[in-house]
Amino acid sequence: MTETTPTTLHEVVIVGSGPAGYTAAIYAARANLAPVVIAGAVTAGGALMNTTEVENFPGFPEGVMGPELMEKMQEQAEKFGATVVYDDAVSVDLTGDVKTVTTAEGDVYRTRSVILANGSAYKELGLEGEKSLGGRGVSYCATCDGFFFREQHIIVVGGGDSAMEEATFLTKFASKVTVVHRRDELRASKIMADRAMANPKIEFAWNSEVAAIHGTDKVTGVTLRDTVTGEERELDATGVFVAIGHVPRTDMLAGQVELDENGYIVVTSPSTATSVPGVFACGDAVDHTYRQAITAAGTGCAAALDAERYLAALGEAAEPAVDASQTPQGAVAL
Amino acid sequence: MTGPAFPPVTDDTFAEEVLAASGPVLVDFWAAWCQPCLKLSPVLAELATGYGDRLRVVALDVDENPDTTRAYGIVSIPTLALFRDGGLVTTLVGARPKPALAKELAALVP
Repeated sequence: MTETTPTTLHEVVIVGSGPAGYTAAIYAARANLAPVVIAGAVTAGGALMNTTEVENFPGFPEGVMGPELMEKMQEQAEKFGATVVYDDAVSVDLTGDVKTVTTAEGDVYRTRSVILANGSAYKELGLEGEKSLGGRGVSYCATCDGFFFREQHIIVVGGGDSAMEEATFLTKFASKVTVVHRRDELRASKIMADRAMANPKIEFAWNSEVAAIHGTDKVTGVTLRDTVTGEERELDATGVFVAIGHVPRTDMLAGQVELDENGYIVVTSPSTATSVPGVFACGDAVDHTYRQAITAAGTGCAAALDAERYLAALGEAAEPAVDASQTPQGAVAL
Repeated sequence: MTGPAFPPVTDDTFAEEVLAASGPVLVDFWAAWCQPCLKLSPVLAELATGYGDRLRVVALDVDENPDTTRAYGIVSIPTLALFRDGGLVTTLVGARPKPALAKELAALVP
């Protein structure tokens, strides 16, 4: 539980606790803004909590585990005075000078500024059976579920870095991993692609998409469709790991700030200002291009600096206008 | 990070502790490497206190107890499995926010 009361007016509330949210919190805390981070009850730490080793975050030549990196960011934010709340933001009212963020537990945070670092969620294939077989062979988290597929055949859907990372990780358990990708070349970075291609346990089904997932109590296989010829073929597998990208977690922001047609928050780059004064956005909820821990952290920093500047301007506007006749000196002279 | 605060059950004790229990038992299937598990357990612990004696919650480490894990077809964690009168009633797969979990628990354990 937090120290907030319904009457407390915070300077800045940060929604989200990935690299963007925590970096914003570090900067805002160091600016004495006492930020409140609505971190999420079970999603605190963001997407990196479900990764293993992060090899490309600057300053860690030997690599760092995703969860460890996030714990350190949180520690750093708290050290400077950020308050981390393990609760989920479920609605916001961003209109006016005093904005509110309401959580799942029913707490209402009043604040002068808001930094949105909502992040993203896994994109689903949209197939029948995908939901009912979720947790029964269909998975979106290799580090969580790979363990259960020892010596079995696993399918990984996708062609980006996440798909390569999952496929490579899953070879620790699986007898074979088949990467199903719609095109004939990967979107992944060269180092990730090369590593996957060199792995003897990984096979590729090029120009292929999953047309159906089979199974009642658990996954038994998939139907693959050739994206060029339309030809279909069956493939036996007990696990289907989906890594086809992400969708921004911005549902609760609809009608509050401008979103683009895919649901990403629109900001006036290079600043992090949204369509609403006093509301700033950063991280994967904004960025569909780079999507890296370090770029999220970078925009989180920018959002905190933008919020700080906004609050300073508010403070100046709130001071009474000062002219010569009202200076203390003048007053004393009377 | 430490594991769930619930009493542990194992492949050896599962029959006695869970299947032979008189009231409903919720089994938290978890592992130390599963971040969502480590997040869900404290949320569950908070909710469980509200049930008092009406619900017993235990934790099963899937790393150490492959037989039970396989027997109930667990292939994703966290999974919360509710047992009553020696049988599996239902499973809740995946982490979820506290209000969602509260609602699901309330439906399962009146």
